[in-house]
Amino acid sequence: MSTEPTSTEHAGQGHASRATYWMVALILGIVTLLEVAVFYVPLLHAVIVPMLLVLSAFKFALVAAFFMHLKYDKPVLSMVFAIGLLVAVFIILALYLLFHVLARTPPAA
Amino acid sequence: MTAHATTYGIPHRKMAMWVFIGSECMFFGSLIATYLAYEGRSLTGPYPSEILNIPVTSVSTFVLLMSSLAMVLALDAVQRADRRQSALWLLGVMLLGATFLGFQVFEFTHFYGEGLSLEQNLFGATFFVLTGFHGAHVTVGVIWMTTLLVLLLLGKLPPERSLDVEVAGLYWHFVDVVWIVIFTVVYLIQ
Amino acid sequence: MTARAEHHSLYGGGPLSWLTTVDHKRIGVLYGVTALLYFVVGGFEAILIRLQLASPESTVLGAESFNQMFTMHGTTMVFLVLMPLAAALFNFMVPLMIGARDVAFPRLNAFSYWTFLFGSILLNLSLFIGQAPDAGWFGYANLTSKQFSPGMGIDFWVLSLLVMGVASLAAGVNFVVTILNMRAPGMSLMRMPLFVWMALIVQILILLAFPAITVGLVFLLFDRFFGTHFYIPAAGATPLLWQHLFWIFGHPEVYILILPSFGIVSEVLPSFARKPLFGAPFVIFSGILIAFLGFGVWSHHMFASGLGPVPDTAFSLATMLIAIPTGVKIFNWIATLWNGHIVYRTPLYFAVGMVALFIIGGLSGIMHSSPPIDLQQTDTYFVVAHLHYVFFGGTVFGLFAGIYYWWPKITGRLLGERLGTLHFWLMMVGMNLTFFPMHFLGMDGMPRRIYTYAPDMGWDDWNLAATVGAFVIALSVLVFYVNAVKSARSGAPAGPDPWDAATLEWTTSSPPPEYNFAITPVVNSARPFWLHKYGPTRAISTRTREEGTPPQPDAPVETIDLPSPSWWPLVASAGLGILMGGALVGLGVVLLGAAILVVGVFAWALQPLERPGHPAFGPGAPA
Repeated sequence: MSTEPTSTEHAGQGHASRATYWMVALILGIVTLLEVAVFYVPLLHAVIVPMLLVLSAFKFALVAAFFMHLKYDKPVLSMVFAIGLLVAVFIILALYLLFHVLARTPPAA
Repeated sequence: MTAHATTYGIPHRKMAMWVFIGSECMFFGSLIATYLAYEGRSLTGPYPSEILNIPVTSVSTFVLLMSSLAMVLALDAVQRADRRQSALWLLGVMLLGATFLGFQVFEFTHFYGEGLSLEQNLFGATFFVLTGFHGAHVTVGVIWMTTLLVLLLLGKLPPERSLDVEVAGLYWHFVDVVWIVIFTVVYLIQ
Repeated sequence: MTARAEHHSLYGGGPLSWLTTVDHKRIGVLYGVTALLYFVVGGFEAILIRLQLASPESTVLGAESFNQMFTMHGTTMVFLVLMPLAAALFNFMVPLMIGARDVAFPRLNAFSYWTFLFGSILLNLSLFIGQAPDAGWFGYANLTSKQFSPGMGIDFWVLSLLVMGVASLAAGVNFVVTILNMRAPGMSLMRMPLFVWMALIVQILILLAFPAITVGLVFLLFDRFFGTHFYIPAAGATPLLWQHLFWIFGHPEVYILILPSFGIVSEVLPSFARKPLFGAPFVIFSGILIAFLGFGVWSHHMFASGLGPVPDTAFSLATMLIAIPTGVKIFNWIATLWNGHIVYRTPLYFAVGMVALFIIGGLSGIMHSSPPIDLQQTDTYFVVAHLHYVFFGGTVFGLFAGIYYWWPKITGRLLGERLGTLHFWLMMVGMNLTFFPMHFLGMDGMPRRIYTYAPDMGWDDWNLAATVGAFVIALSVLVFYVNAVKSARSGAPAGPDPWDAATLEWTTSSPPPEYNFAITPVVNSARPFWLHKYGPTRAISTRTREEGTPPQPDAPVETIDLPSPSWWPLVASAGLGILMGGALVGLGVVLLGAAILVVGVFAWALQPLERPGHPAFGPGAPA
């Protein structure tokens, strides 16, 4: 899809067109449908977790890059977001490991 | 201090919203981490598989995703000084956001009726606090959009003030992105 | 020459002007004065603790009161003294050091101060009604549950911390944007002063760590008010979740507390050795590494909670790793002094004292990083010794170095050198007399947070020594206040550059005018003012141009509009305070607070930042 600027107010960084926005929205809708389909197809349940994580990460990236304009902005903004995101993901993973994988005793009754 | 040169050429408020979003990643991250830590530890029902409604929540997820589309189209319209489209799309964000909230209210009420409360079990506690805080963020967003719409209708939102809409949009998209994570982690991966 | 062109008194304008000020310098003074008052409160709480423990089976304080005292002492010192003192120096100095006229969001800055103040008042209200929190400054679950803490103390603690957390988060956003986005032309990140670098890292830590404790506190709030079971074992939950969330915040918090002092020392040592900071890029990258690693070590506070060998090992290794960048900084500081032309003044004494005492605190810290050793030391006085060496020896000494260094810039007057020297030595002796014996007490098995002990434990002498030391500390603090009052009344005028220093804040008058810089400085090196005064030295790249940044002219050459004062930050803060405090009273008060908050926020958002002609400076400014 073309991405030439449709607005002159932007800080000369390039800009997604309205057509791009509609396309992204369409993709988001389709991916959501895919996710729900994966949920209901028993064959895929063995790989359901990685598949859903990948699909939702893809949606996340699309919204961040296009709707939130990060693709066209200066890198400092992406870095600011990435720091918060990475620390948060680390904490989620660490607590998941500590509670479900490395726990010495089963959940206390 | 207005319209001063900035080191990165990025307006202060835009950078501030991204910094805030970075912090909010940790806020929601801690809530999601707790939800995951306590998954499977409820001693009594109702349990997620019995009560979560995937088809209905898929629809509300779709609604919220479309509200992000409305948001970028609203920003685009404000930047082009297209007042009619600006108003239409801003209204769209508000209505879609309110619809999402409506789904949440419906879901919460239904769950409560099924016996899932804050005090009932760990699923109730972690679920309601996580989705409740998300819903509170959506509510703040809807109020923010309403304020912008009022300003627009009063003629106070020209293209020179499009930063106001852009910053509100960043907040709105972030709230949407958090829901993408919640929908996956809470509803789809059980 | 119109009245406007004359130098404006920074502190004029009458008492009400302090309520509406959005000037970062005045907000810094507000933080500083408030923190120094709470220093006395927290110190008094410490004196009571030491009086009770001076001898075995003492009856100065009963068990209940003792628990309230150590809880309030810790909470006060961490959140009402150390953090706001750093905030005071960040507020006053950071915009000046980067060549800016204020922070990015001046009204948000005021909001942060008032929110902190109201939160601190909420916490201390608990003392007035005799129901102070009593579960320690880190409030472990499930001691803090409604079942085991039925009174209101923990509620005060939770609510006030949530309020003060909002203040810190707002300041975090403000200062990150300020430091990233408001630097003078030519000031690249690697040319930024070390104090500003540490400020940036501290604010990023705040933004990432405070949400974790906010969530933990929210869970505790819900458990106590709404009947949830986030920390109740009987429902399948675990009190360990609190420990995790608290320490995910708490460990970065200790770096939040020490990095400002590291930054101050990195400014003071070069000034009084009259040579640049040795290996400045290494000191910067060490700071970044410490912050980054600091998020991976939190469970070294939990070695005794049964996590298991794999988590213990992982957190132990990460903790040992952090010693490396810390060590790098210490060697760089020593190398800065080496072969320098030392000028012996009070700021230098406190800076050197900080390095020496922090080394001792760091050594006991390294011992803690080993789980087997820590099992012996945790929850004993050994930890109390460690944390006071790093918080008092490290943070407090560093902050005093900063106070003595920047006092002339803030007030326009010098603090007395003789009283300053006396303060330093009394504090040095007192601090070591109080806390060094605690290493022995801990190794001898004396647990923390006990309100008394039996006479035959062999702990009497060291405890008595510690109490004497506490009084010596108190005396040293009194000397400081005397020095401060004398300076304010009749101190020698400081002039703009009393220390012959290198950075931009010394190019302005003392105190600076409201607008900071008559002309926006242009920066060509990491030591712009030194370059102007003395030309290039070996330490400055040969690619640097010859001219440095000159001192500021007396009056602006262009019209300068500044942000106008505003009531709304104060109103919004009051609303938030009433909302949170109202949880202890009733729904009506909560709703009232919410209404005030909403009104305050909307009025603030709709009020323009700069209202024409008020205030403004320079040739074109209205009279």
